Amino acid sequence: MEYFVQQLVNGLTLGSIYGMIAIGYTMVYGIIGMINFAHGDIFMLGGFAALIVFLILTSFIAGVPVVLALLLMMIVAMLAASLWNWTIERVAYRPLRGSFRLAPLITAIGMSIVLSNFIQVTQGPRNKPIPPLVSSVYDVFGIAISLKQIIIIIITAILLSVFWYIVNRTPLGRAQRATEQDRKMAALLGVDVDRTISVTFIMGAALAAVAGTMYLMYYGVVVFTDGFVPGVKAFTAAVLGGIGSLPGAVLGGLLIGLIESLWSAYFTIDYKDVATFSILAIVLIFKPSGILGRPEVEKV
Amino acid sequence: MALETTTMTMTQDPILKVEHLSMRFGGLMAINDFSFEAHRGDITALIGPNGAGKTTVFNCITGFYKPTMGMITMKQRSGKEYLLERLPDFEITKHAKVARTFQNIRMFSGMTVLENLLVAQHNKLMLASGYTVLGLLGFPAYRQASREATELAKHWLEKASLIDRADDPAGDLPYGAQRRLEIARAMCTGPELLCLDEPAAGLNPRESHALNELLQGIRRDTGTSILLIEHDMSVVMEISDHVVVLEYGQKISDGTPDFVKNDPKVIAAYLGVEDEEVEEVIEQIEEIEGGQGGTKQ
Amino acid sequence: MANIASTTASAGTEVTARALRESVFAGLITLGLFVLFVGLKTDQNIRNELILTQRWGLLAIFVIIAMVGRFLMVAYVQPWLARRKAAKAAAPEVAKEESFFSRNFSRIAIVALILYPPVIVALFGIQGSLKWVDNFGIQILIYVMLAWGLNIVVGLAGLLDLGYVAFYAVGAYSYALLSTYFGLSFWVLLPVAGLLAACWGLVLGFPVLRLRGDYLAIVTLAFGEIIRLVLINWTEVTKGTFGVSGIAKATLFGIKFDASKDGFAALMGLPISSVYYKIFLFYLILGLCLITAFVTIRMRRMPIGRAWEALREDEIACKSLGINTVTTKLTAFAMGAMFGGIAGSFFAVRQGFVSPESFVFLESAVILAIVVLGGMGSLTGIAVAAVVMIGGTEILRELAFLKVIFGPNFTPELYRMLIFGLAMVVVMVWKPRGFVGSREPTAFLRERKAVSGSFTKEGHG
Repeated sequence: MEYFVQQLVNGLTLGSIYGMIAIGYTMVYGIIGMINFAHGDIFMLGGFAALIVFLILTSFIAGVPVVLALLLMMIVAMLAASLWNWTIERVAYRPLRGSFRLAPLITAIGMSIVLSNFIQVTQGPRNKPIPPLVSSVYDVFGIAISLKQIIIIIITAILLSVFWYIVNRTPLGRAQRATEQDRKMAALLGVDVDRTISVTFIMGAALAAVAGTMYLMYYGVVVFTDGFVPGVKAFTAAVLGGIGSLPGAVLGGLLIGLIESLWSAYFTIDYKDVATFSILAIVLIFKPSGILGRPEVEKV
Repeated sequence: MALETTTMTMTQDPILKVEHLSMRFGGLMAINDFSFEAHRGDITALIGPNGAGKTTVFNCITGFYKPTMGMITMKQRSGKEYLLERLPDFEITKHAKVARTFQNIRMFSGMTVLENLLVAQHNKLMLASGYTVLGLLGFPAYRQASREATELAKHWLEKASLIDRADDPAGDLPYGAQRRLEIARAMCTGPELLCLDEPAAGLNPRESHALNELLQGIRRDTGTSILLIEHDMSVVMEISDHVVVLEYGQKISDGTPDFVKNDPKVIAAYLGVEDEEVEEVIEQIEEIEGGQGGTKQ
Repeated sequence: MANIASTTASAGTEVTARALRESVFAGLITLGLFVLFVGLKTDQNIRNELILTQRWGLLAIFVIIAMVGRFLMVAYVQPWLARRKAAKAAAPEVAKEESFFSRNFSRIAIVALILYPPVIVALFGIQGSLKWVDNFGIQILIYVMLAWGLNIVVGLAGLLDLGYVAFYAVGAYSYALLSTYFGLSFWVLLPVAGLLAACWGLVLGFPVLRLRGDYLAIVTLAFGEIIRLVLINWTEVTKGTFGVSGIAKATLFGIKFDASKDGFAALMGLPISSVYYKIFLFYLILGLCLITAFVTIRMRRMPIGRAWEALREDEIACKSLGINTVTTKLTAFAMGAMFGGIAGSFFAVRQGFVSPESFVFLESAVILAIVVLGGMGSLTGIAVAAVVMIGGTEILRELAFLKVIFGPNFTPELYRMLIFGLAMVVVMVWKPRGFVGSREPTAFLRERKAVSGSFTKEGHG
């Protein structure tokens, strides 16, 4: 039982990270109907930005409190990732908006290749390990919960609340929802569609960067190929929860995290990714609209 | 007079029999216990106000929806009968010989007009090409069939006066021509019953006239029965032999164009009269009709 | 007169001012993008700790290039393009007679390919030609074949498949395992690999029939990854990440390509060299490519091929014409998979070694990119795209002179995928419909007119 709860906690931590990445996928898909393949690499880039900030803090300025360090890492990573995602949208997706549907998918894959190879070229291909930032572990009724896990879950909860508020309660969120429903009509009614889409990319990237920082803190290592697998899993999460739905993305992320850690705990760890991908395939085949998504009906 | 035609058509052999058709979407009863017959060689029109469920009936007949209840029987010239609600969508065209067009034109817009008509002859050509294998090996049987298919396509292109545009992409045609192409394409499947979903929608009077000619030509030359949904009353009244009126998923009238035109329930449905007023309207119409009948006799 | 001159002059200064503004903006963005990643580098010191190396000079170069580039773009290139466009619009359109070259492009290309190995041997000598035949010839032709196979699924039937590499893997492992365990010959296993891959195409195609567009793409991606992960983890059979090595070579009518006395070189009285085997493989893959092209062209003119294209254009209309969309989709999957499988078994025989490393998602992405960049459905366009993208990145390995410019530590290979990715983006933005954007009709009454890309649909299933 304790083992099970322990795995549950681990799964929720992992799931929070996936959920934060998944939001970026789901928002972009919702608003312009494309899979932003480069999003996983934006997450990885955020992780690297956090890593570099961490190294600046440790090698140039000694004795920075951990809380401040984490905060700085997060903020700089958010800025860097947002700027990258904004630029990518401007140069690789915007010129193709409204043209051939496959074209932005190909540029997105191209951008994903560019980002991971850019990091490989500029930062080197090796693993980048860092010493643990926070290492306290608490014993709660026989279950080991580390401070890292608590931080991740709390930060996820805070960010999601902020995010939910922005999307549901601000004019910006209203513009986003309007653009999602009908881009042309929104433009006719005075919504600055280009700006709204840019902001969506920025918001998605910021969340992915936080996820990247958390990932770095949790595992203590990051490498240039780290964008792909978490990226695909987060996309799976977005689809599982129902693409286009924000609570769905988080729910999907948590589910994927749980499935992964429980599968590794009770079955073989070798096939844990096979399990994730199989679930993706099964969900899409039997319920393509996901758990919280609305089914798409084609009119004859 | 009206009575006479009704009895006359009744004796004819029905090609399509829809019995107790019901279709429910969630809590909405789109079609409720709807029955009618279309007769061989006739042009049958299905009319009704917006949202009456006409297209839903079409989708049930052509297999795009599975009806909640009811039976749809297609009787071919050979006497063979098919229960359409049990067939998968593509077999309704392939075996039962029912072809349809769509309210929002569905072209293969990136293929040429000729190619559109060749795609429609898929099953015949597939057989002739030995399910691709013989055709791939260059057997002459396929080449022969291919030539015949082009001839048939040419025939229908001439009928639809599209022969000059045969090598242009279908998406490049003007709207009216696309409507005609869709009908020609449906005819290339060799149907016994042709279902047209608002063929005259968006056409100007001249195009509408050309359409009437095409449809009457089809009936005259091939004996194909036609079932159509239409809003344009001039088309309905001019070409149809039999009109069925649908309102809120239920049949409110069924008969010759003249009969339906004067049916008070139809007038009420179209003019949007309140229930209590219907009686009044009926009385008024009866008076007028009585008066007219009087003067004529 | 003076008036006009002054307005153009003021327009000129306006453009320059705008260019300056934009160049500063571009510089700032570049600074923001690169300050962390180019300005600083994470390195490991002797104690395996990460340290930062500073590279501010390099960062400055990046920023300056961006600023100058943007300035030139806004101040000179854009006005020039606008002028050219205006001139083009003003000039009456002249019907261009197709040149002999473009009319007979495919024939010329085939002849050139057949003559390629002897010409290369003549130019570079026996040993020197190895690289050109293998890295350029064979490598590019494998991708041509894969892309032509995928083209049936994506370009014709409009079904977006991101896991195509799975069939490539099935073909490669079919040959590797069946020849290692049962000693069957390449010529027997080539069609077997194709059939097995086709079966997998059906198996994977069946559950995804109802899916559309991006959902289909993601599920096929998942299938591709599942197959790769199974290859990694099913170690008893596939030897996992170590891969299968020592795969038997192909023979030509029983003649082996080795140094033995009844080997090819000895029989022909030629000096012993590995080049003959490579040249033999070159002609083999060329033949396989031509078969793929022949079958595709033939099929397009048959009902099944037309049904594929009709499916891409409008699935519902297909159903209304009595076309069984299930079998139509499945045949497309199976045909595409079959060619992928055959290419895979060729890959295994060429490498003599297969491992899951060769079948990562990136390969699927590269193949799909070639199909889309070439212009969906166009065999010529796809072949050109394969040459440009694969040949272009291969050639980076050859650019030794860059070491002279960037110093001896410069390794151009490192930039191969970076440039590949950038090229994907640039080509797509420049030509969203690919190199050949128009579609060749499969039948005509009077004249064959290419269908403009603006009418064709990309499919959604």
